[in-house]
Amino acid sequence: MQTSYSSAFFTILKRDLTIALRHRDDIINPLLFFIIVVSLFPLGIGPVSNTLMKIAPGVIWVAALLATLLSLERLFKNDHADGSLEQLLLSPCPTFILVLAKILAHWLITGLPLIIIAPLLGVLLNLHQDSYTALMLTLLLGTPVLSLLGAIGVALTVGLKKGGMLLSLLVLPLYIPVLIFATSAIDAASMNLPYNGQLAIIAAIFFGSLTLAPFAVGSALKVSTN
Amino acid sequence: MWKWLHPYANPEVSYHFTGKLIPWFTAISVILLVLGLGLALAFSPADYQQGESVRIFYLHVPAAMLSMGIYLGMAIAALTALVWQLKLAEASIAALAPIGATFTAIALLTGAAWGKPMWGTWWIWDARLTSELILLFLYLGVIALQNAFEDKSLAGKAASVLAIVGVVNLPIIHYSVEWWNTLHQGSTVSKLERPSMSADMFIPFVVCLFGFAFLVARIFGERFRAEIIARNSMRPWVKALVLAQEKN
Amino acid sequence: MAFDSLSDFFNMGGYAFYVWLSYGFSALVLIILAINSHRMEKQVFTQIKQRLKREEKLKQAALRRKEGK
Repeated sequence: MQTSYSSAFFTILKRDLTIALRHRDDIINPLLFFIIVVSLFPLGIGPVSNTLMKIAPGVIWVAALLATLLSLERLFKNDHADGSLEQLLLSPCPTFILVLAKILAHWLITGLPLIIIAPLLGVLLNLHQDSYTALMLTLLLGTPVLSLLGAIGVALTVGLKKGGMLLSLLVLPLYIPVLIFATSAIDAASMNLPYNGQLAIIAAIFFGSLTLAPFAVGSALKVSTN
Repeated sequence: MWKWLHPYANPEVSYHFTGKLIPWFTAISVILLVLGLGLALAFSPADYQQGESVRIFYLHVPAAMLSMGIYLGMAIAALTALVWQLKLAEASIAALAPIGATFTAIALLTGAAWGKPMWGTWWIWDARLTSELILLFLYLGVIALQNAFEDKSLAGKAASVLAIVGVVNLPIIHYSVEWWNTLHQGSTVSKLERPSMSADMFIPFVVCLFGFAFLVARIFGERFRAEIIARNSMRPWVKALVLAQEKN
Repeated sequence: MAFDSLSDFFNMGGYAFYVWLSYGFSALVLIILAINSHRMEKQVFTQIKQRLKREEKLKQAALRRKEGK
């Protein structure tokens, strides 16, 4: 009796989303963290609007990285604790599909709300008028990369007791290219320059990690569940 | 064709083989380093632009090259460990990561000490510097992950996955940083203008490079042996070895 | 020889601090690494030795218990 791949994918997606919707804190807390971190910067640097305009893309993106990092642990932790992760890995369905479903669920729960709320923070930081489209597009392409690459880190540390700090050490260096290209796209947009190049590269990173990261997550999960 | 390689997959054979090589590596590296650094410090000419500060070059460039080479070697070992499940490859990852991190740190600090008199600043967010810094983070990540696991074999596998992910990311990081830098600052960062190297600078450099490479080989040999022993501590041959050492 | 005198050599054309900082730091770090690596094998050996001794003790204790009964 073999279930089809798509039904397995959607079953897991639905399961993860249902669980997340029952624990709304898990969705709201990273979002609140995102907002608070962003609003700390004007307080720390001073409310001069020109400075804020200059640092806005970087601040929003760094805050998005950190918020994603906070929410990452949930990706596999509970499943690992109650043993359902091992059951998933034992199922006849390829790990690739299961992992991809879980990552998509994670992105829908954390990445998407970030994207929705980002323009609001752009207003707070006095982001340049022409940059909003670029901000949204980079977040749309970039946050899935954060979830995909982050999943590798979580999969490696899920079996450890003190994985939290380690996770950030492993994952943050991998996030650097996305950060660089995203902020440079937003900067270019504020200067009315074309930013297709940066977007294309973020898209390339996205598709690259979409195809490769689930394999790495799969083998990492096999190590962690032993 | 590869049959001659097979016996070395046996930890015991590899352990003794590495032990035989270590004195040779030590001797070669000491000779080359004394010769190379002597030439570099006292006999190579001063640069017409940079003066005597160019002597840092003989440390900085070999260290930077080795820091990247070691990471590549570690990633190849990681691939071997994951694909062929070779335990020795896991041991060599554990042995290589601290060495690579050390050389990355040397490359960074000597770079800073060279940059201060030349560029007027200890640190620039230049493409090469930034990617080297990130390389250090990747090394530290591998070491930290390695230490986080109680079980040595699990640690090896986890570190392998991370090393491979890192090596895929490394060129991306390098080009992203390069592009990011040029986009913001144009060519204000003056890359070191290296005069086409003359022989009396090139020879000390090559000697130093090989000297450091053999030093890496020597330190690697020792760490590799220790890792093999730690991973095979339940084996009879290790017990025999320990008991034999106790008698001495 | 690129230098006329020993003090010239140590002065490094005014770049003494930077040059000797680089060489000093590199030497220090490499020596620490080398010593650390050298000690590693010995540490592993002593650990295994201790474990073997402990196992031996447990074995003896088990034998004695058996004989006692």
